[in-house]
Amino acid sequence: MKYMLLIHNRPGFVDDLTEEERTALFADVDQIMGELTRSGEFVGGQALADPSTARTVRGVDGRPAVTDGPFAESKEQFAGYVEVDCESVERAVEIAASWPDVRFGGAMEVRAVMHDGGAEM
Amino acid sequence: MTTGVEDLLRSAAPQVLGTLVRRHGQFDACEDAVQEALLAAATQWPVDGVPERPHAWLLTVAGRRLTDEWRSESARRLREVAVVAQEPEVVEPDPGDRVAADHGPDGDDTLRLLFLCCHPALTGPSQVALTLRAVGGLTTAEIAAAFLVPEATMAQRISRGKQRIRSAGARFTMPPPDERPARLAAVLQVLYLVFNEGYTASAGADLQRTDLTAEAIRLARELHRLTPDEGEPAGLLALMLLTDARRAARTGPDGALVPLGEQDRTRWDRAMIDEGVALVTDGLARWPAGPYLIQAAIAAVHDEAARAEDTDWRQIVALYRLLGRIEDNPMVTLNRAVAVAMAEGAQAGLEVLEPLRSDDRTADHHRLHAVHAHLLEMAGERDEARAAYRRAARLTTSLPERRHLESRAAALG
Repeated sequence: MKYMLLIHNRPGFVDDLTEEERTALFADVDQIMGELTRSGEFVGGQALADPSTARTVRGVDGRPAVTDGPFAESKEQFAGYVEVDCESVERAVEIAASWPDVRFGGAMEVRAVMHDGGAEM
Repeated sequence: MTTGVEDLLRSAAPQVLGTLVRRHGQFDACEDAVQEALLAAATQWPVDGVPERPHAWLLTVAGRRLTDEWRSESARRLREVAVVAQEPEVVEPDPGDRVAADHGPDGDDTLRLLFLCCHPALTGPSQVALTLRAVGGLTTAEIAAAFLVPEATMAQRISRGKQRIRSAGARFTMPPPDERPARLAAVLQVLYLVFNEGYTASAGADLQRTDLTAEAIRLARELHRLTPDEGEPAGLLALMLLTDARRAARTGPDGALVPLGEQDRTRWDRAMIDEGVALVTDGLARWPAGPYLIQAAIAAVHDEAARAEDTDWRQIVALYRLLGRIEDNPMVTLNRAVAVAMAEGAQAGLEVLEPLRSDDRTADHHRLHAVHAHLLEMAGERDEARAAYRRAARLTTSLPERRHLESRAAALG
Protein backbone atom coordinates (compact mmCIF):
# COMPACT_ATOMS: atom_id res chain seq x y z
CA MET A 1 0.00 0.00 0.00
CA LYS A 2 1.17 3.48 -0.81
CA TYR A 3 0.87 6.26 1.74
CA MET A 4 1.52 9.96 1.47
CA LEU A 5 3.05 11.38 4.64
CA LEU A 6 2.14 15.07 4.60
CA ILE A 7 4.51 17.25 6.60
CA HIS A 8 2.96 20.25 8.33
CA ASN A 9 5.07 22.69 10.27
CA ARG A 10 5.37 26.31 11.34
CA PRO A 11 7.09 28.18 8.50
CA GLY A 12 10.54 29.36 9.55
CA PHE A 13 10.73 27.13 12.62
CA VAL A 14 14.26 26.22 11.58
CA ASP A 15 15.32 29.88 12.11
CA ASP A 16 14.77 29.52 15.85
CA LEU A 17 17.01 26.49 16.17
CA THR A 18 20.63 26.61 17.24
CA GLU A 19 23.27 25.68 14.69
CA GLU A 20 23.71 22.39 16.51
CA GLU A 21 19.97 21.60 16.44
CA ARG A 22 19.77 22.48 12.75
CA THR A 23 22.67 20.19 11.88
CA ALA A 24 21.10 17.40 13.92
CA LEU A 25 17.72 17.93 12.20
CA PHE A 26 19.18 17.71 8.70
CA ALA A 27 21.27 14.68 9.66
CA ASP A 28 18.12 12.99 11.00
CA VAL A 29 16.25 13.67 7.76
CA ASP A 30 19.16 12.24 5.76
CA GLN A 31 19.25 9.19 7.98
CA ILE A 32 15.56 8.38 7.77
CA MET A 33 15.57 8.96 3.99
CA GLY A 34 18.53 6.58 3.74
CA GLU A 35 16.72 3.94 5.79
CA LEU A 36 13.56 4.20 3.69
CA THR A 37 15.59 3.97 0.49
CA ARG A 38 17.52 0.93 1.66
CA SER A 39 14.36 -0.85 2.81
CA GLY A 40 12.79 -0.37 -0.62
CA GLU A 41 9.88 1.63 0.83
CA PHE A 42 10.74 5.08 -0.48
CA VAL A 43 8.70 6.06 -3.53
CA GLY A 44 9.22 9.81 -3.70
CA GLY A 45 9.00 13.11 -1.89
CA GLN A 46 9.43 16.86 -2.21
CA ALA A 47 10.01 19.79 0.08
CA LEU A 48 8.02 22.92 -0.72
CA ALA A 49 9.22 26.52 -0.81
CA ASP A 50 8.06 28.87 1.95
CA PRO A 51 4.28 29.46 1.93
CA SER A 52 4.89 33.24 1.68
CA THR A 53 5.81 32.56 -1.97
CA ALA A 54 2.55 30.72 -2.66
CA ARG A 55 -0.29 31.88 -4.92
CA THR A 56 -3.80 30.62 -4.30
CA VAL A 57 -6.41 30.38 -7.01
CA ARG A 58 -10.05 30.40 -5.87
CA GLY A 59 -13.32 30.48 -7.69
CA VAL A 60 -15.02 33.84 -7.09
CA ASP A 61 -18.42 34.17 -8.75
CA GLY A 62 -17.51 31.17 -10.89
CA ARG A 63 -14.24 32.71 -12.14
CA PRO A 64 -10.72 31.97 -10.96
CA ALA A 65 -9.26 34.70 -8.77
CA VAL A 66 -5.60 34.71 -7.72
CA THR A 67 -4.37 35.89 -4.33
CA ASP A 68 -0.88 35.91 -2.81
CA GLY A 69 -0.18 33.52 0.05
CA PRO A 70 -1.22 30.02 1.04
CA PHE A 71 -4.70 28.49 0.88
CA ALA A 72 -5.22 27.99 4.61
CA GLU A 73 -4.65 30.58 7.34
CA SER A 74 -3.02 28.54 10.06
CA LYS A 75 0.09 28.47 12.19
CA GLU A 76 1.24 25.20 10.63
CA GLN A 77 1.56 25.00 6.88
CA PHE A 78 1.99 22.19 4.39
CA ALA A 79 5.76 21.94 4.01
CA GLY A 80 6.32 18.86 1.86
CA TYR A 81 5.57 15.19 1.54
CA VAL A 82 7.12 11.74 1.51
CA GLU A 83 5.50 8.89 -0.40
CA VAL A 84 6.17 5.37 0.87
CA ASP A 85 5.07 1.93 -0.25
CA CYS A 86 4.86 -0.23 2.86
CA GLU A 87 3.08 -3.27 4.20
CA SER A 88 0.57 -1.69 6.57
CA VAL A 89 -0.84 1.58 7.84
CA GLU A 90 0.85 0.80 11.16
CA ARG A 91 4.23 0.86 9.41
CA ALA A 92 3.34 4.13 7.67
CA VAL A 93 2.44 5.66 11.03
CA GLU A 94 5.69 4.36 12.51
CA ILE A 95 7.64 6.13 9.74
CA ALA A 96 5.66 9.32 10.34
CA ALA A 97 6.33 9.12 14.08
CA SER A 98 10.06 9.00 13.48
CA TRP A 99 10.03 11.97 11.10
CA PRO A 100 12.16 14.73 12.73
CA ASP A 101 9.60 17.55 12.28
CA VAL A 102 7.40 15.87 14.88
CA ARG A 103 9.99 16.73 17.56
CA PHE A 104 9.82 20.42 16.61
CA GLY A 105 6.12 21.05 16.92
CA GLY A 106 5.21 19.77 13.48
CA ALA A 107 2.53 17.26 12.52
CA MET A 108 2.51 14.42 10.03
CA GLU A 109 -0.70 13.43 8.30
CA VAL A 110 -0.76 9.84 7.00
CA ARG A 111 -3.05 9.39 3.99
CA ALA A 112 -3.53 6.26 1.91
CA VAL A 113 -3.05 6.81 -1.82
CA MET A 114 -5.88 5.62 -4.07
CA HIS A 115 -5.00 2.99 -6.67
CA ASP A 116 -6.65 1.85 -9.87
CA GLY A 117 -6.94 -1.85 -9.03
CA GLY A 118 -10.31 -3.20 -8.06
CA ALA A 119 -12.04 -6.44 -7.12
CA GLU A 120 -15.57 -7.11 -8.24
CA MET A 121 -17.92 -7.03 -5.27
CA MET B 1 11.55 -7.65 -28.23
CA THR B 2 9.55 -10.26 -30.10
CA THR B 3 7.33 -12.48 -27.99
CA GLY B 4 9.21 -15.59 -29.11
CA VAL B 5 12.52 -14.27 -27.83
CA GLU B 6 10.89 -13.00 -24.65
CA ASP B 7 9.26 -16.36 -23.89
CA LEU B 8 12.52 -18.15 -24.57
CA LEU B 9 14.45 -15.86 -22.22
CA ARG B 10 11.85 -16.11 -19.46
CA SER B 11 11.86 -19.88 -19.49
CA ALA B 12 15.65 -20.08 -19.78
CA ALA B 13 16.32 -17.67 -16.88
CA PRO B 14 15.86 -20.05 -13.92
CA GLN B 15 17.61 -22.93 -15.65
CA VAL B 16 20.69 -20.87 -16.52
CA LEU B 17 20.75 -19.35 -13.04
CA GLY B 18 20.38 -22.77 -11.42
CA THR B 19 23.30 -24.18 -13.39
CA LEU B 20 25.47 -21.18 -12.57
CA VAL B 21 24.71 -21.25 -8.83
CA ARG B 22 25.36 -24.98 -8.76
CA ARG B 23 28.78 -24.41 -10.30
CA HIS B 24 29.92 -21.29 -8.50
CA GLY B 25 27.74 -20.82 -5.42
CA GLN B 26 27.16 -17.12 -4.63
CA PHE B 27 23.51 -16.79 -5.56
CA ASP B 28 23.52 -12.99 -5.53
CA ALA B 29 26.48 -12.54 -7.90
CA CYS B 30 25.15 -15.27 -10.23
CA GLU B 31 21.71 -13.67 -10.29
CA ASP B 32 23.20 -10.32 -11.35
CA ALA B 33 25.25 -12.05 -14.04
CA VAL B 34 22.21 -13.86 -15.45
CA GLN B 35 20.21 -10.63 -15.45
CA GLU B 36 22.97 -8.99 -17.50
CA ALA B 37 23.08 -11.92 -19.89
CA LEU B 38 19.29 -11.68 -20.36
CA LEU B 39 19.56 -7.97 -21.09
CA ALA B 40 22.37 -8.63 -23.61
CA ALA B 41 20.28 -11.33 -25.29
CA ALA B 42 17.21 -9.08 -25.38
CA THR B 43 19.13 -6.48 -27.39
CA GLN B 44 21.27 -8.79 -29.55
CA TRP B 45 18.97 -11.67 -30.47
CA PRO B 46 16.25 -9.69 -32.23
CA VAL B 47 18.99 -8.13 -34.40
CA ASP B 48 21.46 -11.01 -34.88
CA GLY B 49 18.98 -13.86 -34.62
CA VAL B 50 18.54 -16.40 -31.85
CA PRO B 51 21.69 -18.50 -31.38
CA GLU B 52 21.55 -22.18 -32.18
CA ARG B 53 21.88 -23.13 -28.53
CA PRO B 54 20.33 -20.24 -26.59
CA HIS B 55 20.80 -21.74 -23.12
CA ALA B 56 24.49 -22.35 -23.72
CA TRP B 57 24.84 -18.79 -25.08
CA LEU B 58 23.26 -17.34 -21.94
CA LEU B 59 25.33 -19.54 -19.71
CA THR B 60 28.54 -18.52 -21.46
CA VAL B 61 27.76 -14.80 -21.32
CA ALA B 62 26.59 -14.96 -17.70
CA GLY B 63 29.64 -17.02 -16.74
CA ARG B 64 31.89 -14.47 -18.40
CA ARG B 65 30.20 -11.57 -16.58
CA LEU B 66 30.75 -13.45 -13.37
CA THR B 67 34.47 -13.99 -13.93
CA ASP B 68 34.84 -10.39 -15.16
CA GLU B 69 33.21 -9.25 -11.94
CA TRP B 70 35.49 -11.40 -9.80
CA ARG B 71 38.56 -10.32 -11.77
CA SER B 72 37.75 -6.65 -11.33
CA GLU B 73 36.98 -7.23 -7.66
CA SER B 74 40.38 -8.76 -7.05
CA ALA B 75 41.95 -6.13 -9.28
CA ARG B 76 40.49 -3.44 -7.08
CA ARG B 77 41.79 -5.20 -4.05
CA LEU B 78 45.26 -5.37 -5.56
CA ARG B 79 45.04 -1.68 -6.50
CA GLU B 80 45.71 -2.58 -10.07
CA VAL B 81 44.21 -0.88 -13.02
CA ALA B 82 41.13 -2.80 -14.08
CA VAL B 83 40.94 -3.44 -17.77
CA VAL B 84 37.44 -3.10 -19.08
CA ALA B 85 36.84 -6.06 -21.31
CA GLN B 86 34.85 -5.39 -24.43
CA GLU B 87 32.06 -7.83 -25.02
CA PRO B 88 32.72 -9.67 -28.31
CA GLU B 89 30.10 -9.18 -30.99
CA VAL B 90 29.53 -12.85 -31.50
CA VAL B 91 29.59 -15.20 -28.56
CA GLU B 92 30.68 -18.74 -29.28
CA PRO B 93 29.29 -20.97 -26.56
CA ASP B 94 31.72 -23.19 -24.82
CA PRO B 95 30.89 -26.66 -26.16
CA GLY B 96 31.07 -27.98 -22.63
CA ASP B 97 28.30 -25.67 -21.46
CA ARG B 98 25.18 -27.71 -21.38
CA VAL B 99 22.41 -26.60 -19.11
CA ALA B 100 20.94 -29.35 -16.98
CA ALA B 101 23.69 -31.75 -17.92
CA ASP B 102 25.28 -31.95 -14.49
CA HIS B 103 22.20 -32.53 -12.38
CA GLY B 104 18.82 -34.18 -12.40
CA PRO B 105 15.68 -33.00 -14.12
CA ASP B 106 16.08 -29.33 -15.08
CA GLY B 107 13.00 -28.38 -13.12
CA ASP B 108 14.62 -29.10 -9.77
CA ASP B 109 16.64 -25.93 -10.09
CA THR B 110 13.53 -23.83 -10.73
CA LEU B 111 11.93 -25.27 -7.61
CA ARG B 112 15.06 -24.63 -5.53
CA LEU B 113 15.11 -21.05 -6.80
CA LEU B 114 11.46 -20.55 -5.88
CA PHE B 115 12.13 -21.77 -2.36
CA LEU B 116 15.21 -19.55 -2.09
CA CYS B 117 13.48 -16.39 -3.38
CA CYS B 118 10.50 -16.94 -1.06
CA HIS B 119 12.73 -17.62 1.95
CA PRO B 120 11.12 -16.53 5.24
CA ALA B 121 14.04 -14.19 6.03
CA LEU B 122 12.83 -11.89 3.22
CA THR B 123 10.02 -9.34 3.48
CA GLY B 124 6.95 -9.95 1.31
CA PRO B 125 7.81 -7.25 -1.25
CA SER B 126 11.39 -8.59 -1.56
CA GLN B 127 10.12 -12.15 -2.08
CA VAL B 128 7.84 -10.94 -4.86
CA ALA B 129 10.52 -8.83 -6.57
CA LEU B 130 13.25 -11.47 -6.39
CA THR B 131 10.95 -14.27 -7.58
CA LEU B 132 9.89 -12.27 -10.63
CA ARG B 133 13.50 -11.43 -11.49
CA ALA B 134 15.34 -14.67 -10.71
CA VAL B 135 12.64 -17.18 -11.62
CA GLY B 136 10.44 -15.10 -13.94
CA GLY B 137 13.32 -13.54 -15.85
CA LEU B 138 11.77 -10.06 -15.74
CA THR B 139 14.00 -7.00 -15.58
CA THR B 140 14.02 -4.70 -12.57
CA ALA B 141 12.50 -1.95 -14.76
CA GLU B 142 9.63 -4.22 -15.81
CA ILE B 143 8.89 -5.25 -12.24
CA ALA B 144 9.03 -1.63 -11.05
CA ALA B 145 6.63 -0.54 -13.81
CA ALA B 146 4.23 -3.36 -12.95
CA PHE B 147 4.14 -2.39 -9.27
CA LEU B 148 4.12 1.37 -9.98
CA VAL B 149 7.23 2.22 -7.97
CA PRO B 150 10.50 3.83 -9.13
CA GLU B 151 13.10 1.44 -10.53
CA ALA B 152 15.52 2.42 -7.75
CA THR B 153 12.96 1.33 -5.14
CA MET B 154 12.50 -2.06 -6.81
CA ALA B 155 16.28 -2.51 -7.24
CA GLN B 156 16.65 -1.89 -3.53
CA ARG B 157 14.05 -4.54 -2.66
CA ILE B 158 15.94 -7.03 -4.80
CA SER B 159 19.36 -6.27 -3.35
CA ARG B 160 18.00 -6.24 0.20
CA GLY B 161 16.37 -9.59 -0.46
CA LYS B 162 19.71 -11.00 -1.61
CA GLN B 163 21.45 -9.61 1.48
CA ARG B 164 18.88 -11.34 3.67
CA ILE B 165 19.44 -14.62 1.84
CA ARG B 166 23.17 -14.27 2.39
CA SER B 167 22.98 -13.33 6.06
CA ALA B 168 20.40 -16.05 6.78
CA GLY B 169 22.87 -18.54 5.30
CA ALA B 170 20.11 -19.85 3.02
CA ARG B 171 21.35 -22.53 0.63
CA PHE B 172 20.43 -23.47 -2.92
CA THR B 173 18.89 -26.74 -1.79
CA MET B 174 15.46 -28.20 -1.23
CA PRO B 175 14.10 -27.37 2.24
CA PRO B 176 14.17 -30.26 4.73
CA PRO B 177 10.91 -32.29 4.82
CA ASP B 178 9.71 -30.77 8.11
CA GLU B 179 10.03 -27.23 6.71
CA ARG B 180 8.68 -28.01 3.29
CA PRO B 181 4.93 -27.37 3.86
CA ALA B 182 5.56 -23.89 5.29
CA ARG B 183 8.09 -23.05 2.59
CA LEU B 184 5.74 -24.24 -0.14
CA ALA B 185 2.95 -22.15 1.39
CA ALA B 186 5.21 -19.09 1.12
CA VAL B 187 5.88 -19.79 -2.57
CA LEU B 188 2.15 -20.21 -3.23
CA GLN B 189 1.40 -16.97 -1.44
CA VAL B 190 3.98 -15.01 -3.44
CA LEU B 191 2.60 -16.33 -6.74
CA TYR B 192 -0.97 -15.54 -5.66
CA LEU B 193 0.07 -12.00 -4.68
CA VAL B 194 1.60 -11.48 -8.11
CA PHE B 195 -1.56 -12.82 -9.73
CA ASN B 196 -3.85 -10.53 -7.73
CA GLU B 197 -1.71 -7.48 -8.40
CA GLY B 198 -2.21 -8.08 -12.13
CA TYR B 199 -5.81 -9.26 -11.95
CA THR B 200 -7.15 -6.35 -9.92
CA ALA B 201 -5.21 -3.94 -12.14
CA SER B 202 -7.24 -5.10 -15.13
CA ALA B 203 -10.02 -2.83 -13.87
CA GLY B 204 -7.77 0.11 -14.68
CA ALA B 205 -6.83 -1.55 -17.99
CA ASP B 206 -3.13 -1.04 -17.34
CA LEU B 207 -1.64 -3.54 -19.76
CA GLN B 208 1.83 -3.66 -18.29
CA ARG B 209 0.39 -4.52 -14.90
CA THR B 210 -2.03 -7.13 -16.20
CA ASP B 211 1.00 -8.97 -17.68
CA LEU B 212 1.64 -9.98 -14.07
CA THR B 213 -1.42 -12.25 -14.28
CA ALA B 214 0.04 -14.18 -17.20
CA GLU B 215 3.41 -14.37 -15.46
CA ALA B 216 1.83 -15.67 -12.24
CA ILE B 217 -0.10 -18.33 -14.20
CA ARG B 218 3.05 -19.34 -16.04
CA LEU B 219 4.98 -19.75 -12.77
CA ALA B 220 2.07 -21.56 -11.07
CA ARG B 221 1.88 -23.93 -14.03
CA GLU B 222 5.61 -24.57 -13.71
CA LEU B 223 5.28 -25.12 -9.95
CA HIS B 224 2.42 -27.57 -10.48
CA ARG B 225 4.47 -29.47 -13.06
CA LEU B 226 7.40 -29.69 -10.60
CA THR B 227 5.26 -30.81 -7.63
CA PRO B 228 2.96 -33.41 -9.22
CA ASP B 229 2.40 -35.07 -5.84
CA GLU B 230 0.99 -32.02 -4.05
CA GLY B 231 -2.56 -30.70 -4.11
CA GLU B 232 -2.14 -27.02 -3.29
CA PRO B 233 -0.05 -26.04 -6.33
CA ALA B 234 -2.75 -27.67 -8.49
CA GLY B 235 -5.34 -25.73 -6.48
CA LEU B 236 -3.52 -22.43 -6.94
CA LEU B 237 -3.17 -22.92 -10.70
CA ALA B 238 -6.86 -23.86 -10.94
CA LEU B 239 -7.88 -20.84 -8.86
CA MET B 240 -5.89 -18.49 -11.10
CA LEU B 241 -7.33 -20.01 -14.30
CA LEU B 242 -10.91 -19.99 -13.02
CA THR B 243 -10.57 -16.37 -11.87
CA ASP B 244 -8.75 -15.04 -14.92
CA ALA B 245 -11.31 -16.77 -17.18
CA ARG B 246 -13.76 -14.02 -16.16
CA ARG B 247 -11.40 -11.14 -16.92
CA ALA B 248 -13.05 -9.95 -20.17
CA ALA B 249 -16.44 -9.72 -18.45
CA ARG B 250 -15.40 -8.13 -15.16
CA THR B 251 -15.17 -4.55 -16.47
CA GLY B 252 -17.61 -2.61 -18.62
CA PRO B 253 -16.58 -0.70 -21.77
CA ASP B 254 -16.02 2.40 -19.60
CA GLY B 255 -13.74 0.50 -17.18
CA ALA B 256 -16.43 0.21 -14.46
CA LEU B 257 -16.42 -2.99 -12.39
CA VAL B 258 -19.16 -5.49 -13.24
CA PRO B 259 -20.24 -7.71 -10.30
CA LEU B 260 -20.12 -11.48 -10.83
CA GLY B 261 -23.91 -11.78 -10.91
CA GLU B 262 -24.21 -9.22 -13.73
CA GLN B 263 -21.36 -10.39 -15.96
CA ASP B 264 -21.94 -11.47 -19.57
CA ARG B 265 -21.01 -15.12 -19.12
CA THR B 266 -20.63 -15.72 -22.84
CA ARG B 267 -17.46 -13.64 -22.58
CA TRP B 268 -15.86 -16.01 -20.05
CA ASP B 269 -12.93 -18.04 -21.37
CA ARG B 270 -14.24 -21.60 -21.81
CA ALA B 271 -10.83 -23.20 -22.33
CA MET B 272 -9.47 -21.74 -19.09
CA ILE B 273 -12.59 -22.83 -17.21
CA ASP B 274 -12.36 -26.38 -18.57
CA GLU B 275 -8.70 -26.64 -17.59
CA GLY B 276 -9.38 -25.20 -14.14
CA VAL B 277 -12.36 -27.46 -13.50
CA ALA B 278 -10.36 -30.52 -14.55
CA LEU B 279 -7.55 -29.55 -12.15
CA VAL B 280 -9.98 -29.07 -9.24
CA THR B 281 -11.87 -32.29 -9.92
CA ASP B 282 -8.66 -34.29 -10.12
CA GLY B 283 -7.17 -32.47 -7.13
CA LEU B 284 -10.10 -33.03 -4.78
CA ALA B 285 -10.17 -36.71 -5.72
CA ARG B 286 -6.48 -37.18 -4.92
CA TRP B 287 -5.68 -34.94 -1.96
CA PRO B 288 -7.27 -33.63 1.23
CA ALA B 289 -8.75 -30.24 0.45
CA GLY B 290 -6.37 -27.35 1.24
CA PRO B 291 -7.24 -23.63 1.08
CA TYR B 292 -6.32 -23.13 -2.59
CA LEU B 293 -8.14 -26.25 -3.76
CA ILE B 294 -11.26 -25.17 -1.86
CA GLN B 295 -11.13 -21.62 -3.22
CA ALA B 296 -10.66 -23.08 -6.70
CA ALA B 297 -13.66 -25.34 -6.13
CA ILE B 298 -15.75 -22.28 -5.20
CA ALA B 299 -14.58 -20.47 -8.34
CA ALA B 300 -15.46 -23.60 -10.35
CA VAL B 301 -19.03 -23.63 -8.99
CA HIS B 302 -19.46 -20.01 -10.12
CA ASP B 303 -17.87 -20.63 -13.51
CA GLU B 304 -19.98 -23.69 -14.24
CA ALA B 305 -23.28 -21.85 -13.84
CA ALA B 306 -24.53 -20.81 -17.27
CA ARG B 307 -26.64 -18.06 -15.69
CA ALA B 308 -26.08 -16.31 -12.33
CA GLU B 309 -29.40 -17.69 -11.06
CA ASP B 310 -28.20 -21.25 -11.75
CA THR B 311 -25.35 -20.89 -9.22
CA ASP B 312 -25.32 -23.72 -6.66
CA TRP B 313 -25.12 -21.46 -3.60
CA ARG B 314 -25.64 -24.33 -1.14
CA GLN B 315 -22.49 -25.98 -2.38
CA ILE B 316 -20.64 -22.66 -2.09
CA VAL B 317 -21.87 -22.27 1.51
CA ALA B 318 -20.57 -25.77 2.31
CA LEU B 319 -17.19 -25.00 0.72
CA TYR B 320 -16.82 -21.73 2.68
CA ARG B 321 -17.67 -23.63 5.89
CA LEU B 322 -14.91 -26.12 5.08
CA LEU B 323 -12.50 -23.29 4.31
CA GLY B 324 -13.41 -21.54 7.57
CA ARG B 325 -12.49 -24.66 9.52
CA ILE B 326 -8.99 -24.70 7.93
CA GLU B 327 -8.16 -21.02 8.32
CA ASP B 328 -9.55 -18.54 10.81
CA ASN B 329 -10.01 -15.59 8.50
CA PRO B 330 -12.88 -13.10 8.81
CA MET B 331 -12.82 -12.60 5.02
CA VAL B 332 -13.92 -16.22 4.65
CA THR B 333 -16.88 -15.55 6.96
CA LEU B 334 -17.68 -12.43 4.95
CA ASN B 335 -17.83 -14.42 1.72
CA ARG B 336 -19.88 -17.11 3.43
CA ALA B 337 -22.38 -14.45 4.52
CA VAL B 338 -22.99 -13.58 0.85
CA ALA B 339 -23.41 -17.25 -0.09
CA VAL B 340 -25.78 -17.88 2.84
CA ALA B 341 -27.84 -14.85 1.82
CA MET B 342 -28.13 -16.20 -1.71
CA ALA B 343 -29.01 -19.71 -0.52
CA GLU B 344 -31.28 -18.95 2.44
CA GLY B 345 -32.25 -15.31 2.16
CA ALA B 346 -30.85 -11.90 3.16
CA GLN B 347 -31.75 -12.24 6.84
CA ALA B 348 -29.74 -15.44 7.25
CA GLY B 349 -26.76 -13.75 5.57
CA LEU B 350 -27.00 -10.72 7.84
CA GLU B 351 -26.89 -13.03 10.87
CA VAL B 352 -23.61 -14.58 9.64
CA LEU B 353 -22.24 -11.07 9.08
CA GLU B 354 -23.25 -9.65 12.47
CA PRO B 355 -20.22 -10.75 14.57
CA LEU B 356 -17.83 -9.27 11.99
CA ARG B 357 -19.29 -5.80 12.55
CA SER B 358 -17.75 -5.70 16.01
CA ASP B 359 -14.57 -7.61 15.07
CA ASP B 360 -11.58 -5.23 15.12
CA ARG B 361 -10.10 -6.93 12.07
CA THR B 362 -13.11 -6.11 9.89
CA ALA B 363 -15.18 -3.36 11.53
CA ASP B 364 -13.61 -0.61 9.38
CA HIS B 365 -12.91 -2.71 6.32
CA HIS B 366 -14.59 -1.50 3.14
CA ARG B 367 -15.45 -5.09 2.13
CA LEU B 368 -17.51 -5.58 5.28
CA HIS B 369 -19.56 -2.46 4.57
CA ALA B 370 -19.91 -3.32 0.88
CA VAL B 371 -21.27 -6.79 1.73
CA HIS B 372 -23.45 -5.36 4.50
CA ALA B 373 -24.87 -2.84 2.04
CA HIS B 374 -25.57 -5.56 -0.52
CA LEU B 375 -27.39 -7.75 2.01
CA LEU B 376 -29.39 -4.78 3.36
CA GLU B 377 -30.39 -3.95 -0.21
CA MET B 378 -31.51 -7.58 -0.71
CA ALA B 379 -33.53 -7.28 2.52
CA GLY B 380 -35.26 -4.16 1.20
CA GLU B 381 -33.63 -1.82 3.74
CA ARG B 382 -32.89 0.91 1.22
CA ASP B 383 -31.87 3.72 3.58
CA GLU B 384 -29.52 1.57 5.61
CA ALA B 385 -28.13 0.02 2.44
CA ARG B 386 -27.40 3.44 0.95
CA ALA B 387 -25.58 4.52 4.11
CA ALA B 388 -23.52 1.32 4.15
CA TYR B 389 -22.57 1.70 0.45
CA ARG B 390 -21.44 5.29 1.15
CA ARG B 391 -19.41 4.16 4.14
CA ALA B 392 -17.75 1.42 2.02
CA ALA B 393 -17.02 3.98 -0.73
CA ARG B 394 -15.27 6.20 1.79
CA LEU B 395 -13.16 3.36 3.19
CA THR B 396 -11.85 1.77 0.00
CA THR B 397 -8.54 2.91 -1.49
CA SER B 398 -9.46 1.61 -4.95
CA LEU B 399 -10.78 4.15 -7.46
CA PRO B 400 -12.90 1.66 -9.49
CA GLU B 401 -14.38 0.21 -6.29
CA ARG B 402 -15.22 3.67 -4.98
CA ARG B 403 -16.93 4.52 -8.24
CA HIS B 404 -18.89 1.24 -8.19
CA LEU B 405 -20.00 1.71 -4.57
CA GLU B 406 -21.00 5.34 -5.12
CA SER B 407 -23.18 4.37 -8.07
CA ARG B 408 -24.83 1.58 -6.03
CA ALA B 409 -25.63 4.14 -3.33
CA ALA B 410 -26.97 6.59 -5.92
CA ALA B 411 -29.19 3.89 -7.48
CA LEU B 412 -30.97 3.60 -4.13
CA GLY B 413 -32.19 7.19 -4.50
